[in-house]
Amino acid sequence: MAESICRALRDGALEGEHAAALTIKDSIASPFGFDVFAHVFSKLSSYILASKYQSRGLVLVAFSRSPSFYVDLLKRRGVDVASSHNWIQILDCYTDPLGWKDGVGECGSGTKSLNEASQIASFCKNVKDVETFFSMVVELGTGLVGRGKVRFCVAIDSVSEMLRHASISSVAGLLSKLRSHDQVSSIFWLLHSDLHEDRVTAVLEYMSSMVASIEPLNQYANGQRGNWNNLSLLEQNCTRGKFHIRFKRRNGRVRVACEEFCIEQSGIIFTSISSEDEKINQSLLPKLQFNLQLSEKERIDRAKVVLPFEHQGNGKPIQIYDGRRSQEDSVTEAVPISTSKSQTNEETGKGEIIYFRDSEDEMPDSDEDPDDDLDI
Amino acid sequence: MEIEARNLLDEALGTLKGGMVVVQDSVQTSASFVLHHLLKRSLSLHSSDVVVFLAFSHPFSHYDRILRKLGCNLAVQRDKNRFFFFDMLMTEIADGDGEKTSGDGLVALYGKIQKVLSALPQELKKSVTIMIDDVSLMEVAAKCSTDHVLDFVHYCRALTSEIGCSLVVLDHEDIYLGTERPTFILQLEYLATVLIKAEPLATGLATDVHGQLTVLNRDVYDGQGIYRKKICNFQFKVKESSIEYFYPGSRT
Repeated sequence: MAESICRALRDGALEGEHAAALTIKDSIASPFGFDVFAHVFSKLSSYILASKYQSRGLVLVAFSRSPSFYVDLLKRRGVDVASSHNWIQILDCYTDPLGWKDGVGECGSGTKSLNEASQIASFCKNVKDVETFFSMVVELGTGLVGRGKVRFCVAIDSVSEMLRHASISSVAGLLSKLRSHDQVSSIFWLLHSDLHEDRVTAVLEYMSSMVASIEPLNQYANGQRGNWNNLSLLEQNCTRGKFHIRFKRRNGRVRVACEEFCIEQSGIIFTSISSEDEKINQSLLPKLQFNLQLSEKERIDRAKVVLPFEHQGNGKPIQIYDGRRSQEDSVTEAVPISTSKSQTNEETGKGEIIYFRDSEDEMPDSDEDPDDDLDI
Repeated sequence: MEIEARNLLDEALGTLKGGMVVVQDSVQTSASFVLHHLLKRSLSLHSSDVVVFLAFSHPFSHYDRILRKLGCNLAVQRDKNRFFFFDMLMTEIADGDGEKTSGDGLVALYGKIQKVLSALPQELKKSVTIMIDDVSLMEVAAKCSTDHVLDFVHYCRALTSEIGCSLVVLDHEDIYLGTERPTFILQLEYLATVLIKAEPLATGLATDVHGQLTVLNRDVYDGQGIYRKKICNFQFKVKESSIEYFYPGSRT
């Protein structure tokens, strides 16, 4: 499945359609969005190097990692970086996104360590200016592939960082402008969904043809912030997780797929949902005839029931149910209901236990000795 | 050869080169001792590390007193240019006159740090640790502008990948508890390569155990592509001149 999103990005845009777009979103419970991003990025790089597909270049907008990190990443994944200046350009929004370094004077030491990356990286010193930002990305792209029919990909390594500097409307405008640009074949970005309002996530998902969301294997019980008390759960979620993909076709059809992933030394590895879970799902669920879950209303109703032996503590004389029907009960049951017998407490309306008899031959509760017919 | 016994905390942390450590604590369990420990570790005789310390919560004399107990003389280290202390206690980063925004104050602070770094000899640059002793107070100093604080943290982090130094940040978890979306602390957690949480014991107060530490060491690629990822959990007891670390259940 993860391969199919890479293939969809590789195949790029159809004539007269928007570019393929992918949102990768994660949350702090399973913060592996960047690993997925790196996976897609290196896969796409190798496709571009093969130069058999639609796009011939890649513009990477680096907000959360340095350009040299990406060069190392490509090297580690076995992608040839010697010819990198022919097919990749990095817009560096990491080193100096707000132009602070200009004000204080460059310390002069950093430039050396960049070396390889500096050939393909160009600085963006004011990320707040979305207009220039857009033209820089397009300039870098056309610089790679030239003006004409040849297309390029755009990768943004953190839209969350972008959203810190600019409003959602301007970021959304930028992304959709990039998407509808003639020469962009595909675009993908990473989003930390829990840093933003739900509507922000929704806006970005609307603009993408694919959404890959990363979720923890085991959802924590109490909301967004992880529960650190359960160490084994935490440990499990620290290397593995679930990967949901949603493909949106042109005609509006949506296909959903789910996978598991595991983070290893060489990168991220995708597997189909582990067979054990599948077995449980298949063997248990379809055969089950009972509803084992309580609905929210049922849960509230249950909580309201005053149990017969419960001390009410409201000053009234304590009434203890003695096993027989009380006077009021028999009055209310003057018209006998054939299937049920209710034990209603004084405070009716709070909740009651309704007993359904299994069958007609079961006698109503009586003082009769149940072991009467026992023959020893 | 004098080798200090490596404790559980050191084992869990590993080397911190080029990483960002986020320490989170709460009112009941202060994690300032983790900062003291890292400070001592960086300034010990065996290492040649340099520490740039941004103090928002305590003055120099406070740290000097504590570190002296732990066997480290900050005043001497300061004279040796291995310890740079920025007293930010009284500094108002944001000026009221409208001309200067809180961002400018932080830019100036960043400029100061860079000046310190550029004055260092080349071989020492790689082993610099920048410590911020309370980010939440930095937020206060920046007049609650979390964005500016995050920008500042970003620039410090950019330094870590640029020259290979490391960044240690202390923050309080419980002051964000009420908010629906604790964006600031989540941002820090996303950035962190090592996350240390100090919590009180789930079972309540105890005389022998003062709390527990959970250390989440995220993937760190160092130069050789070595990769590690682990979670450690252990308990601690803060003593007068040292901290004891031990696994749960190993104390009676």
